[in-house]
Amino acid sequence: MTLPLLRSTLAAAACGLSLAASAAPYTPTNDAQVLERVVARVGDARGRELEALRAAWRREPRTPAAALAFARRAFDEALAQGDPRFVGQAQAALAPWWSERAPAPEVRVQRARILQYGHQFAAALADLDAVLAVDASHLDARAQRAAIRMVRADYAGARGDCEALAPLASALISTACVAFADSMNGRIDAAARALAAALDAAPGAPAAERLWAWTRLAEIEERRGDMALAERAFRAALALGEPDVYLLAAYADFLLDQGRAAEALAALVAARAGAPDAARADVLLLRLALAAQATKDPRGAAWTRELAARFDAARARGDDSHEKEESRFALALQGDAARALTLAKANFEVQREAADARALIEAALAAKDAAAAAPALRWMRDHGVQGVALQRLARQLEAAR
Amino acid sequence: MKALCLGLVLAAFALAALPARAHKPSDSYLSLSVNAEGASGQWDIALRDLDLALALDADGNGEITWGEVRARHGDIAAYASARLVVTADERACALQVGAQAIDSHTDGAYSVLPLTLRCEAAAPKRLEVAYTLFADLDPQHRGLLKLQAGSATRSAVLAPQAAAQAFELAAPSRWRQFVDYVREGVWHIWIGLDHILFLVSLLLPSVLRWQPDQRRWAPVATLREALWEVFGVVTAFTVAHSITLGLAALSVVELPSRWVESVIAASVVAAALNNIRPLVTRRLWLVAFGFGLVHGFGFASVLADLGLPTEALVLSLVGFNIGVELGQLAIVALLVPLAFALRRTVLYRRAVMVGGSVAVALLAGIWLIERAADVSVLGG
Repeated sequence: MTLPLLRSTLAAAACGLSLAASAAPYTPTNDAQVLERVVARVGDARGRELEALRAAWRREPRTPAAALAFARRAFDEALAQGDPRFVGQAQAALAPWWSERAPAPEVRVQRARILQYGHQFAAALADLDAVLAVDASHLDARAQRAAIRMVRADYAGARGDCEALAPLASALISTACVAFADSMNGRIDAAARALAAALDAAPGAPAAERLWAWTRLAEIEERRGDMALAERAFRAALALGEPDVYLLAAYADFLLDQGRAAEALAALVAARAGAPDAARADVLLLRLALAAQATKDPRGAAWTRELAARFDAARARGDDSHEKEESRFALALQGDAARALTLAKANFEVQREAADARALIEAALAAKDAAAAAPALRWMRDHGVQGVALQRLARQLEAAR
Repeated sequence: MKALCLGLVLAAFALAALPARAHKPSDSYLSLSVNAEGASGQWDIALRDLDLALALDADGNGEITWGEVRARHGDIAAYASARLVVTADERACALQVGAQAIDSHTDGAYSVLPLTLRCEAAAPKRLEVAYTLFADLDPQHRGLLKLQAGSATRSAVLAPQAAAQAFELAAPSRWRQFVDYVREGVWHIWIGLDHILFLVSLLLPSVLRWQPDQRRWAPVATLREALWEVFGVVTAFTVAHSITLGLAALSVVELPSRWVESVIAASVVAAALNNIRPLVTRRLWLVAFGFGLVHGFGFASVLADLGLPTEALVLSLVGFNIGVELGQLAIVALLVPLAFALRRTVLYRRAVMVGGSVAVALLAGIWLIERAADVSVLGG
């Protein structure tokens, strides 16, 4: 037995029968045994479409139209399934232009999406700025820049982009976009009213649009502290029946915060049963483990181990885009406040949304290092960020100082 | 167009808000362990990724079965081995892929490929790994390498589009090598029954003194007297075998091993018989020295089997010798206090001194016959 093999066997033995860690290589005995599930190429319309676009790209890898069509589709697949492998595939399609300084605008916009996914916000913004400088009415570039500016806490800039969307996108989208920016910038009540009104006014909007708007409204109401309205919005979003990893994670967090861990667990387990592939998403796995911990569910230990293995795997490849999730994991599931704080601090350098600030403050409180959360408090003060949970935490922090 | 644009707008926001990553990007796990012929190892590649390259899911139903994977083993092995080039000291190694197995990692099932690398360069100083797996299909794919060379393990992240990564295989640390040879020396004296019996035979009378007039052994009066004798014998034996061990290991003097082994056996017989019917009763250290010269050649043949590293020849030699001395001292430390305590007893002077020596002489006599005539008396 080779040493690594021996080590992995010992590791597997040490932590019991884990789904997560590499167990030990085995040779299946039954040809019919299903080892892995992938997107079906036959029978499934989505899979067929993806494969057709992939085939077209591979026939003409240097033709921008074919490459872009596949790249876009692969990227959308990544978002729908929460699977970053598709982002790598989208990048592969852009290979002929990837290292060019100024490729065609459509290529740059797609490149920006991929860079943004990898949290390379500065490089993504550079591409989008260049495209918008030439074509101010480029919808995708405008929307993406608004989104990145939100993450980077540039609310005025984001609002500007949202307003510029008005003639390009539907009223629901542009209103929701403006409301989202305003909600972070001291105008949360007006933002909630405007968004709710826009949703009422657009009952026939496409499901994807409404899903997105309802999710935003749910989060805004949650930050306002109106949990009944937040729940109503979450349920409206869920009722659309569109698979959405982000929505499910946000709803689970909402339930966990309300002390309704059993409901969160049930919702996550149901989603897992309905879409086994989406269940691989580690954002959902983290919520599963948290819910299991709160309800003392026996499956929690296995989920926690699997998460630990995933974070280890990410670190092994030098990937630090999991810091927020890992901070929460370290704090809640491993009881390692110091490590949680280190991760949350590093994450807040890159991303500044309510959840990022919350992770930082919670870790700082647990680590009894109030000063470490200063950047989050400054961010809240500078922008007039509102949110009942955040403000409660901030008060605890002030008291602890 | 409108629908597509809306999709993108929403995606942009979903994306911005998406908390970090879901799933796991594509990684393969490559472990290599450098050995004398090259390296052995294991390469775990995700079935999902292989499916992308080779369409493993033959019926396209979204389920990859063992049958589908098994049928494509040749293709998988060929695809993977064409995308990994290991070079040892500038010369490419031949890569061979063994029978695949399956393993589960955090994100699903992987094909496990056992690897054998045969390199022309023996004990290479520099290993280069050129990794291009999935370079054209997923630039975000990474190969996570664990490279083991000697006692050192290092890890590296291999990006398919990056240049080959080079690893300097540092020679094993000198100190470590030295310690290894010390341990070998100790081990050898402990399992080398002939050396132990020779030493024991010489040491048994160290707590006694031959009374020529009474023709019998009488106990020494003080421990000091006994230790002085022990010191003489052990030092002489050590100096003698160190000389010949060095000479033989450095190939200055070479003697046929059968002759050496026979004389060693004879030395044990002589030392044991001397305890029963003493011929040499004073200056036992001279006996120890004379035969010690031959025992040194015996140690040298063990060392030759172990192999001395050319770049650390003297260091290893000294290490081995020190090991032999330490092992020897341990025997002395066990034996002498016991012998001194028992020296006045009949048990010691009759059973141990005479009976024990007879037994030793008999055993060594058999060795002598075996070795000199190259036959097996005791079997094995």
